[in-house]
Amino acid sequence: MTDHRDPSSEALQQAGSARPPVFGLVLAGGLSSRMQRDKATLEYRGKRQLERAVELAAEYLPEVFVSVRTAQTADPSRARYPLIVDSVPGEGPIVGIRSALAARPDVAWLVLACDLPFLSRAALSQLLAERDPTASATAFRSAHDGLPEPLCAIWEPKSAAELAAYQAVDGRCPRKFLMRHGAKILEPGDRRALDNINTPDEYREALRSFDGKDSAPVQLKIQYYALMREQAGRSDETLDTTASTPADLYSELKARYGFTLSREQLKVAVNSEFASWTHKLAAGDSVVFIPPVAGG
Amino acid sequence: MSFRFADHPIDTAAARAELLDPGAGGFVTFEGWVRDFNEGREVTALEYEAFQTLAVKEGARIVAEASVRFPLSHALCIHRVGRLALTDMAVWVGVCATHRGEAFDACRFIIDAVKHRVPIWKKEHYRNGDSGWVNCEACAAAPSHDHGAAHAHGHEPNAA
Repeated sequence: MTDHRDPSSEALQQAGSARPPVFGLVLAGGLSSRMQRDKATLEYRGKRQLERAVELAAEYLPEVFVSVRTAQTADPSRARYPLIVDSVPGEGPIVGIRSALAARPDVAWLVLACDLPFLSRAALSQLLAERDPTASATAFRSAHDGLPEPLCAIWEPKSAAELAAYQAVDGRCPRKFLMRHGAKILEPGDRRALDNINTPDEYREALRSFDGKDSAPVQLKIQYYALMREQAGRSDETLDTTASTPADLYSELKARYGFTLSREQLKVAVNSEFASWTHKLAAGDSVVFIPPVAGG
Repeated sequence: MSFRFADHPIDTAAARAELLDPGAGGFVTFEGWVRDFNEGREVTALEYEAFQTLAVKEGARIVAEASVRFPLSHALCIHRVGRLALTDMAVWVGVCATHRGEAFDACRFIIDAVKHRVPIWKKEHYRNGDSGWVNCEACAAAPSHDHGAAHAHGHEPNAA
């Protein structure tokens, strides 16, 4: 139906209705002043969080860059990645976002803070699936303060000019920008994914919640029955996941398959025995979510 | 085996024979049958599905609990899986004990616990061609389990 050689149709696609590709931008230019050490190099489960964020984004996106200040380009923990160096004046994450939009005006940027240790595949899948390319940006609503979260968000090409105007007049807070401009706001399926870690105390607490476990995603077997089998469209699957408990796993799968049952309506079994929602999952575990039963 | 599944009609004579015991003076059975209506809707068939590896463990635990609560001789529960037509038998429970009182009580305990605890699911097929998972889809619309009007919301998850 479309003749790709017709210059007028190409022009039309470029003019408006196109859906620009999404690249990844992991922000690592912060001063880490509250943490008192470079946040990009903090480790969880043996992996620096910058590395983890880049790898996670690369599972979904064709290209992933790290945003840095000019002074950081030779830093060994950053220089190993494709970099986008700040190219506009100012301070704060808005500079990194604007620099990426300026470097590649034809793509949308999935912008991630590097200090989101709980960032999950569920959150990234949801963000990409529910992206609205006609909005300036697509962002989650923070579970803490109800405000949009600019640093786990997709910034569309059209936001470049709006951000420049906003920064020139109003300031540097991308969160306020999202509140004022036409951003699409999503309710996060995985509420913990956006918890960021700013202080040594928060870091210690996050480390404790990882429980010293290995960093690699574990492979789990999931079986589905009844309503959940129909909604997942399958009776079983093998899944690589960083979910460490059945509760995390259900959040991830609920976001993927749109399960209508809430966790409170379910029980869960691990290795064919009832288990608690906070049970620590291990590689090779077999998990079954049990909807309300109706024997007899 | 005190709890098991059958994917074919339950042979009640053979099941009864498994429980025969010279010390038992009373034998009570319960049969659950497929009925033609539920919650005001005309039902034409049922499909049962079970997470069998856990279900047989939980079923065996229920029978073991019954034998702790009541001085019974033997008990057995057999549950169907697959598609069943009206009047088909979905579940059979047989209990024998020294005296009839314990047999009645234990039989009631076992069937009630099986319905509430064992991971078995039932899909109802209705006269109008619709179908639904019992306890799931209606309650997803009304988690408070408010019977009546709430169930008319249909299958939308966020009706409330």
